[in-house]
Amino acid sequence: MTAAQYAICLNGIVQREGLRWLQQRGRFVSALVRPLVWLAIFAAGFHFVLGVSIIPPYETYIPYEVYIAPGLLAMIQLFNGMQSSLSMVYDREMGSMKTLMISPFPRWYLLISKLLAGVAVSVVQAYIFLAIAWFWNIEPPLLGYLTVLPALVLSGLMLGALGLVLSSFIRQLENFAGVMNFVIFPMFFTSSALYPLWRVKEANLTVWWISEINPFTHAVELIRYAMYEKFNALSALIVLAYLVLFTVLAVIGYDPGRGLIARRVAAE
Amino acid sequence: MLDQPAPAPGQAVAAGSVAAPPGPPLQAAGLSHSFGPRRVLSDVGFTVNRGDFTVLLGLNGAGKTTLFALITRLYHARSGSISVFGHDIRRDPLAALARMGVVFQQPTLDLDLTVEQNLMYHASLHGMARRAAAPRVAAELERVGLWAQRREKVRQLSGGQRRRVELARALVHDPPLLLMDEPTVGLDIESRRFLLEHVRTLCREQGFAVLWATHLIDEAADDARVIVLHRGRVLAQGMVGEVAAGAGADTIRDAFDRLVRDDAAPAAA
Repeated sequence: MTAAQYAICLNGIVQREGLRWLQQRGRFVSALVRPLVWLAIFAAGFHFVLGVSIIPPYETYIPYEVYIAPGLLAMIQLFNGMQSSLSMVYDREMGSMKTLMISPFPRWYLLISKLLAGVAVSVVQAYIFLAIAWFWNIEPPLLGYLTVLPALVLSGLMLGALGLVLSSFIRQLENFAGVMNFVIFPMFFTSSALYPLWRVKEANLTVWWISEINPFTHAVELIRYAMYEKFNALSALIVLAYLVLFTVLAVIGYDPGRGLIARRVAAE
Repeated sequence: MLDQPAPAPGQAVAAGSVAAPPGPPLQAAGLSHSFGPRRVLSDVGFTVNRGDFTVLLGLNGAGKTTLFALITRLYHARSGSISVFGHDIRRDPLAALARMGVVFQQPTLDLDLTVEQNLMYHASLHGMARRAAAPRVAAELERVGLWAQRREKVRQLSGGQRRRVELARALVHDPPLLLMDEPTVGLDIESRRFLLEHVRTLCREQGFAVLWATHLIDEAADDARVIVLHRGRVLAQGMVGEVAAGAGADTIRDAFDRLVRDDAAPAAA
C-alpha cells in the first residue's frame, strides 16, 4: 500500500461518516438541539441563581450562558464520540465494523481513521453550534473561533477514542440509554462544564477530586481557554495523555490476537 | 457520481488484477479454536484451488462462521495456520486480505447510503482511487443487474437485491478469492438461484476460487468440491461424487446424513 492509498482510505472513511451524519436527520438535529436546549432553557433558568466570579480565562464578569458554552461544545463532542464509535457495535450486529476490519490496511490505521472521521463531523457540529450561540450573546473574540479549532480536534479525538475503547471492551452497554446513564451523564456532571470547580470544592471534596481527574473536565477547560485565545497547558497535557491511553487501549481491544472481538462474536 | 455508461457484458476483467502470487488461493492446516471451554474448531485442514467452487457444508453451529472469522482475520485461531495465495494471515495479513472478497452471513451494508456509496466506500477501504473504482463499481453493478438502482438507498432494496449488492461489493477490488458465508439464507428461490448461478459462472469462466458455506445440501452440485464440517471437525472432503462414494451413499444428501449420524453415534454411546 502506498501513501496515496492510505490517504484514499482515510478520505473514504471520513466521507462515509459525513454522509451518514447528513442522512440520519434525527442524529443531525438532536446533536444541535440538545446543546441549544441547555443554552436556552437551563442557562436562562440559572442565569440569576448562579453568579460566576471572575476566573480565568475570563477577564470580566460573565453571564452564565457564556460560562457553560464551552461545556456544551464539549458535550457535542462527547455525544458524537460515543455515537460514532458505538455505532460500530450497534450497526446490525457489527456489520459495518466487519466491513472496516477486513480492509487490507493495518487495523490501528483503520481505527485512527475512524476516529478522525468522527472528529471531523463533531468539529463541524461544534461550529454550527457556535454560529447559533452567537445570537445568545456568546461572542468570543473573532480570533477565538480559530484558536478553538485545535482544542476541538484534540478533545474530539480523546472522547472518540474513549468511545472506541468502550465499544471494544464493554458488552453490557446494550443500547445508547446505558451509555447515557453510565458514561455521558456522570462525565458531564462531574466536570467543570456546568459550574466552576472551586464551587464544587467548597461543597464536596470527593466530587472535586473526581472532577479533577475527569478527562471531560480538561476537554472543557482546554476549549474554554482556546475560545478566548488562551492556552491551558495543563489541560492540554492531560487530554493528550488520555488520548494516548484510550487509543492504545482501543488498538489492544481490536487486536485480532487478544480475542476481545472474538468474545463478542461468540456471544452473538 | 458515476456517470460513465456501464460496460457491456463480458467486458469485465478476469479475476485477480491484484497480483496473485503462486500458492493455493486458500489453505488451512491444523486449525483449532475455542471460546472459553467450548471447542468450536478441531484440527481443520483443507485447500481451495483456482477455479474451485468449494461448498463448506455443515449444520447451524458446525463452526462455519467461526472459520470465516478466522480466515478474514477478525480474530486469530488458537492454533493452526491459514494462508491466502501463500500469504500467512497472521504474518502477512494485509497481502492476504487484499486478495479476498467476502460476503458475511449477516448483512453488512450501510442502509442509509446509496448502493453506489456503499461500493465506493468499500473501494476506498481497499485504497482504490475514485477514477479506478468508478468503472469497477459500474461493471460489478451491471453484472448483478443493479446498475439502474445505483442511486437508491440500500434500505429501499429487497433482501435479494441487498445480497446482490454485497456480492458486487465483494468483487469491486477484483479479488481472486471469494468467501461467502451462508449467502442465500432468507432469500426467495429466484434470488437464491441467481446468486448461486452467478458465482458458479464466475468460478467456471473467470477462474475465481470460491468458498461457499451453507447448510443447504442442494447448493452442492455434482461438479463442486465439498467439505463436510460437523461439530468443528472435517468429516469428509473431495468432489461431491467422491464424498458420496466414500460414505457408501448414492447422493451427497445421503452421504451427509450418514456422516453426521456416524459422527454422533460414538458420542451418544
